[in-house]
Amino acid sequence: MEYFLQQLINGLTLGSIYGLIAIGYTMVYGIIGMINFAHGDVFMVGGFIALIAFLALVAIGVSAIPLALFLVLLIAMGLTALYGWTVERFAYRPLRHSFRLAPLISAIGMSIVLQNYVQIVQGARVKPLPPLVEGGHTLIASEDFAVQLSNVQIIVVTTTLLLLAIFSWLVARTRLGRDMRACEQDLKMASLVGINIDRTISLTFVIGASLAAVAGIMYLLYYGVVDFHIGFVAGVKAFTAAVLGGIGSLPGAVLGGLLIGLIETFWSAYFSIEYKDVAAFSVLIIVLIFLPSGILGRPEVEKV
Amino acid sequence: MTAPLLAIRGVKTFYGNIMALKGVDLDVHEGEIVTLIGANGAGKSTLMMTTFGNPRAREGSIVFDGIDITNMPPHEIAKLRIAQSPEGRRIFPRMTVLENLQVGATVADPANFAADLKRVCTLFPLLEKRIGQRGGTLSGGEQQMLSIARALMSRPRLLLLDEPSLGLAPMLVKQIFRAIRELNERERLTVFLVEQNAFHALKLAHRGYVIVNGQITLSGTGRELLVRPEVRAAYLEGGRH
Repeated sequence: MEYFLQQLINGLTLGSIYGLIAIGYTMVYGIIGMINFAHGDVFMVGGFIALIAFLALVAIGVSAIPLALFLVLLIAMGLTALYGWTVERFAYRPLRHSFRLAPLISAIGMSIVLQNYVQIVQGARVKPLPPLVEGGHTLIASEDFAVQLSNVQIIVVTTTLLLLAIFSWLVARTRLGRDMRACEQDLKMASLVGINIDRTISLTFVIGASLAAVAGIMYLLYYGVVDFHIGFVAGVKAFTAAVLGGIGSLPGAVLGGLLIGLIETFWSAYFSIEYKDVAAFSVLIIVLIFLPSGILGRPEVEKV
Repeated sequence: MTAPLLAIRGVKTFYGNIMALKGVDLDVHEGEIVTLIGANGAGKSTLMMTTFGNPRAREGSIVFDGIDITNMPPHEIAKLRIAQSPEGRRIFPRMTVLENLQVGATVADPANFAADLKRVCTLFPLLEKRIGQRGGTLSGGEQQMLSIARALMSRPRLLLLDEPSLGLAPMLVKQIFRAIRELNERERLTVFLVEQNAFHALKLAHRGYVIVNGQITLSGTGRELLVRPEVRAAYLEGGRH
């Protein structure tokens, strides 16, 4: 029982990170119907920017951890958003009226560009960050097993929940959110009522990238390392999460992220750590057989 | 006569290599209802969308109130207070009726929102009852009303209506045409109406144009066109309802 609880905590933490990345996939898919394969690498860039920002802050003497964390959050979100904006502006927008596969291929190219760029600039080695947030709480301590909830895990999960709340409010209640939903439902009509669709699409990328940056920071805090290659695996997992939850659906992306995190963690804990990816992807296949549009995705039956 | 509000001159529009509009000239004056009638595929909707810059005219010019809008992006054109209820209604299906109307007011002054909402609800009382319902769950007629109401929310100076009668029961068609006439008479709203339902459209309109294969073949006042033998033969005989 204690062991199970511990795995549940670990799974939810990992799932939160996947969920944050998955939102970026699902939003971009919703609005322009393409899979942004470079999104995982934008997450990786976010992790690196966070690492550099942490080290720079420590070097100039910002030693209070909460302040440093807050500043890193701002810096990483801002700079990564700039990356997201740039990728859209130069790799996707010129291809918007091209054939459907063109932006997809461009996205794969962009993913390779970002990976190689970071590899050249930062080196191929794993970059460690000394643990900044230490300690935790022992929830249940029995004789042979103690359930730990570390402070990092608390930070990861609460930050994720907080951002999700802000973000859901933004989409449901603000003018920008309404514009985004209008573009998602009918891009052409949105332009006819006077919505600047290029700007709205750019903002979608900016928001997606800044959430990916948060995921990058959380990854860095949780695992303590980044390298140029983390974007690939995390990207594929988050993409799986978005599809599992129902691509195009925001709550679906979070739910899918949590599920993938939990499946992976429990499989590693009870069966074999080597096959955890197989488990996650197998569940995806099984779910898609019975629910082809994902768990919360909507089947295409609109009245016209 | 004063300069027209909308002046379309020699417009040619292509889909790939196919010329859909072969040099169209058309005027809409302030306060008028102008209708464009023609068969399926004649280029009616293409002309309406070309006015909005999507697709763009490859040749010719479109001038609205002295401003050349031929190469403007659609959202800039909307800011000049041209509103469209397009072919197929295109309401936002996963938004409520209220949200659809809010989106329609994108280019309007937010201070006018309450008054404009009241105005469209008076025009189409059914919408008020459905205000919190999702657009996609409305019936065809209700969707058509919503589409027109959404266009009206921007306080347009020119309203483009693309086949508002399509697929609707005759009673609803009458209701919608009555609403258009009311708007025109009471508020001097300028309307450019594309229709297959030639009889109703010509009765309603001050002036009409007939488009065949991407070219304007006839024009005149609504009453003149109604009695023209070629119009009667092509669009009215047997099609009266």
